[in-house]
Amino acid sequence: MKILKNLRKLGFGLLLVTTVVGASGEVPMPEIPKAKQNFSAEQSCIEPTDIMRRQHGTFLKHYRNDTTRRGIRAIQYNLVACINCHVTADESGNYPNVHKGSEHFCRSCHSYAAVNVDCFQCHTSQPQESFSSDMGPVQSD
Amino acid sequence: MNISTQNRRDFLKKSAIVTIAPGVLLYSIAQAHNAERPVTSATRWGMLIDTNKCVDDCTACLNACTEEHGLTENVPAEVKPVWIRKVTLRDRQTGKESSLPVMCQHCENPPCVDVCPTGASFKRDDGIVLVDRHTCIGCRYCMMACPYKARSFVHEVLENQKPHSPRGKGTVESCNFCVYRIDTGKDPACVEACEAKGHQAMIYGDMNDPDSEISKKLKEMSSSVLRPDLKLNPGIRYQGL
Repeated sequence: MKILKNLRKLGFGLLLVTTVVGASGEVPMPEIPKAKQNFSAEQSCIEPTDIMRRQHGTFLKHYRNDTTRRGIRAIQYNLVACINCHVTADESGNYPNVHKGSEHFCRSCHSYAAVNVDCFQCHTSQPQESFSSDMGPVQSD
Repeated sequence: MNISTQNRRDFLKKSAIVTIAPGVLLYSIAQAHNAERPVTSATRWGMLIDTNKCVDDCTACLNACTEEHGLTENVPAEVKPVWIRKVTLRDRQTGKESSLPVMCQHCENPPCVDVCPTGASFKRDDGIVLVDRHTCIGCRYCMMACPYKARSFVHEVLENQKPHSPRGKGTVESCNFCVYRIDTGKDPACVEACEAKGHQAMIYGDMNDPDSEISKKLKEMSSSVLRPDLKLNPGIRYQGL
């Protein structure tokens, strides 16, 4: 009985702690930069937006193995294509740094969600237009 | 010289269309890798390097590699990445010297793959030996296992990598045969550079296809591999050693 009581106290304590943190730690909603163009008239990205928001990590991780290990390159879930379309320059023509601030497309959400994004330790985080034609189904202008 | 080498390929393509029966032509198109399907062991990519045509002080292939993969970070010489290097071999008996480029030899039985504890070092079905840097933990066991000293380790944080050639700190890397070029039907950067210089010391192609230029050359000329005693059956072969 005593254990049960203690547990109930503990539960109440935890509830209190979480509500206090929730109320004080207001994180501003991310300002997500707009992509360069829409995939089609009906759809903004290669999959509907809600699917892209939830599953882009899975897509990239799954298909990276197909490309690296099996040489399948005609894949639309392509990090280079994401970067080419989603990372846009500011007024002075500079691209945002993925390792600093939250202006970079990937960082804007990942900072908000507090999820580490390791891709850019190896992959470039900036578009290089001249290469877009080499890298599969990139939507070019 | 430059123009004539550029046109050689086109000339060969056109002559193939004219002379070869339609059925045979269809077959040869099917041999080219379709980027929608996985690569298969029906293809074995290889390279034949003619050491007699390789010019001593020419570094066109090295420069092309550096440029193509962005191996330009400012680091001390002892940790500089080297994917391809020029080596001078001297026959002790005769004193004959030959200069040749040495890179990952893309072995059929690669020791780097044998020793890799995570499976990051792997051989693609078409014979290209690669490092999957998603799973590489940077232990450098493969670097010790490689008898050709072909692999490098990235010691510093990198920025502005080439989109087609990602590389980063804490992982091992080596010549990848410009795999993204091969998959889209282009020649590796070093071969292209050698051809552009007019030396034509490097021929690359499918060694399993009896009609490829490399197969025909290998059949008619004698060629050798580096360290044949190890029985690794490299994909890079040398002529005139």
